Amino acid sequence: MIVDSRSDRQVLPVRAAVAAEAVTMSNRLSRALGRGSGTVVGGRIGLAIDPRLLVTLAEGRRVALVTGTNGKTTTTRMLATALAASEGLLVVSNHTGANMPAGHVAAMVGSTREVPAVLEVDEGYLGRVMADTGPRTVVLLNLSRDQLDRISEVRMLADRWREALGSPGRTTAGGSPPAVVANADDPMVVYAASAAAGVHWVGAGQAWRNDAVGCPSCGGRIVFDDTGRKGPDGANGADGADGAIGADGADPADGADGSDPADGAQAGQGGHGGHGGWSCERCGLSRPRCVAWVDGSVLALADGSRYSLDIGLPGQFNRSNAAMAAVAAALTEGEGAQDGLGWSRGVSRAVDHIARVREVAGRFSHVSRRGRAVRLLLAKNPAGWTAIFDLLDEGGQTCEPVVLSVNARIADGLDTSWLWDVPFERLAGRVALATGDRRLDLAVRLRYAGVECTVVADPVAAIDRAIDCTQQTAPHAAIDFLGNYTAFADMRSRL
Amino acid sequence: MSSVDRNAMLTIAVIFPDLLGTYGDGGNGLVLARRASWRGMDTELIQADSGRPLPTADLYCIGGGEDGPQVRAAEALRADRSFGRAMEQGSVVLGVCAGYQLLGHSFPDRDGRPHDGLGVLDVTTAKGGGPRAVGELLASVTADAPRLPSGRLLPLLTGFENHSARTTLGQDAKAVARVVRGVGNGAGDRTEGAWSDRVLGTYLHGPVLARNPALADLLLGWALATPGSAPVALEPLDDRDQEELRGERLASVGRTRPALLIRRRGGRR
Repeated sequence: MIVDSRSDRQVLPVRAAVAAEAVTMSNRLSRALGRGSGTVVGGRIGLAIDPRLLVTLAEGRRVALVTGTNGKTTTTRMLATALAASEGLLVVSNHTGANMPAGHVAAMVGSTREVPAVLEVDEGYLGRVMADTGPRTVVLLNLSRDQLDRISEVRMLADRWREALGSPGRTTAGGSPPAVVANADDPMVVYAASAAAGVHWVGAGQAWRNDAVGCPSCGGRIVFDDTGRKGPDGANGADGADGAIGADGADPADGADGSDPADGAQAGQGGHGGHGGWSCERCGLSRPRCVAWVDGSVLALADGSRYSLDIGLPGQFNRSNAAMAAVAAALTEGEGAQDGLGWSRGVSRAVDHIARVREVAGRFSHVSRRGRAVRLLLAKNPAGWTAIFDLLDEGGQTCEPVVLSVNARIADGLDTSWLWDVPFERLAGRVALATGDRRLDLAVRLRYAGVECTVVADPVAAIDRAIDCTQQTAPHAAIDFLGNYTAFADMRSRL
Repeated sequence: MSSVDRNAMLTIAVIFPDLLGTYGDGGNGLVLARRASWRGMDTELIQADSGRPLPTADLYCIGGGEDGPQVRAAEALRADRSFGRAMEQGSVVLGVCAGYQLLGHSFPDRDGRPHDGLGVLDVTTAKGGGPRAVGELLASVTADAPRLPSGRLLPLLTGFENHSARTTLGQDAKAVARVVRGVGNGAGDRTEGAWSDRVLGTYLHGPVLARNPALADLLLGWALATPGSAPVALEPLDDRDQEELRGERLASVGRTRPALLIRRRGGRR
């Protein structure tokens, strides 16, 4: 389990000790005042007293960092769970999603350096946090457009990651360069990670490709080859009928559509494990050879072993997150069993532990309202919404009403133009309600998507309306609530 | 091509959504296509990806994107003669942000180096000295702005801007609007956007045509008219949801503190 250990304190230099005490105190105060968990406030105060507090706390400690546009919080939770369970150890983690240095400090304060830390890192902070913590493992999930008014464009981020990963010698903490676990199916990630020394490539999949057509390395054109890459859930490539960018000439995969997972090793493996999948026409940047890859609902390792990804969280993207977390867990464990049988066993063990995660910070959780189940889903950007639509399709029930809530506060990004990159056309036929601060933007988008919607100002009232609307037609159908960052947080606090 | 025959197919192409589709501007193509088809016109919407010849269209939309892809898109369009031919035949073009900049004579890359644009709009874009212009943009059209079929002016333009370069208008281009709130072209004259003939550029995202349906109908009116003649008047649509959105956005401009702070901190350009 993930527990903030507060019993045996780390012996710290005076300044760091004062700073650490301030973090603990202010967190306690903030919690007492009911102002949330207080992790960010405490961390900020601590860093103000001792700017090197993060370095001090991470020194001599096993640290794993998880970053990417989507899936950070979930993958962090999975990795922390796997590590804690397999080692019977305490693990500290910034599980509230406070993913900048203040949150990292707050997560580590009060625990000894024997306690490993699994830290979610904001995409823009990877370089600094790597330098300060000297991590053993760095997990790179994906990079796509998100909050363009606040966060850098995708290629700038990829360049910054590349710089950070290419110069691990800069780490304040010293030590050996980290083991990098990187998603081979995202060209942006591959460009960034290929600067690192020891990369463990995982074919985790990436349904969203609209940010990766121009090669991040040379500006050439990246061509995706989907032959043999369609697992049982790989409907993404064929779904070009939406208003967003259509898929290139969909290529009907041969019989490899997952009918017989056991035979997958022959059928589609050229694309999964080996090269292929995608490459740049100009400079040849291409999908690297993988040590592990997701084949439908199975995690396949290069040594031929295969583990079922029958996990507690829904959706193909969570199987991707689980694959990344499992590989990272095996590399972070103990003395770092790097390769061979021990590694494979470590991955297998991690998958078992990860399977038990059923909810992450309220995401994917079910709440009950007026006798109906309401499922809370977070979707922050076009890639995230697309992945959630895949999840809705997996359910196969179009009678389930959807309540869509969109805000545009600072943490969400102030510009709602991204709504037009989301394939809302896929919701046609469902009962849809638009709510949140920017429900009017959403309503216009839905009208042009051919989705009829009802606009309700208050999000909880919108859920009630969804219940009322379907009381006759589908009285047992669950309500799916999809909200972006602050819209989701609001709903979670109210239900 | 650009015929007045309303039974003919109206073709709308979004140019290079794979390169210049970063800021949701692909929605402009969808808005145009839907508004035409809601009026009973046969409409085709083409997502014209890079790497293949540009299709012929009555109306082209080019959106915003990152610096590298913008340079690539300009190179590809300069090399593809079909864009120039379409221009000669009077196709209508809407360029937004990076797409607006590349319609001009030159635009800067990330390091400020100028690259040749398409030169179909008499504007020049250079790297801006100040902070990035990020926030709600509100602009009122000038007397120079293109007229609606009725001869009236377009209503207030609303959208979201996110750019750092500044665009200077030459003699052959007219400003679309004067900035009420925000930065716009940013070259010191408080103008926003530029147009000449049947080419219009703007810094407004949103997408601009979802936030300003009258502008969408004006572009459709151009595409349906013979080059050189007045835009065709289109029957009105039920735009209550868009009017409501516009009302809410216009009212919000006074409240968008964060965006204003970003700009004020760096001072005026």
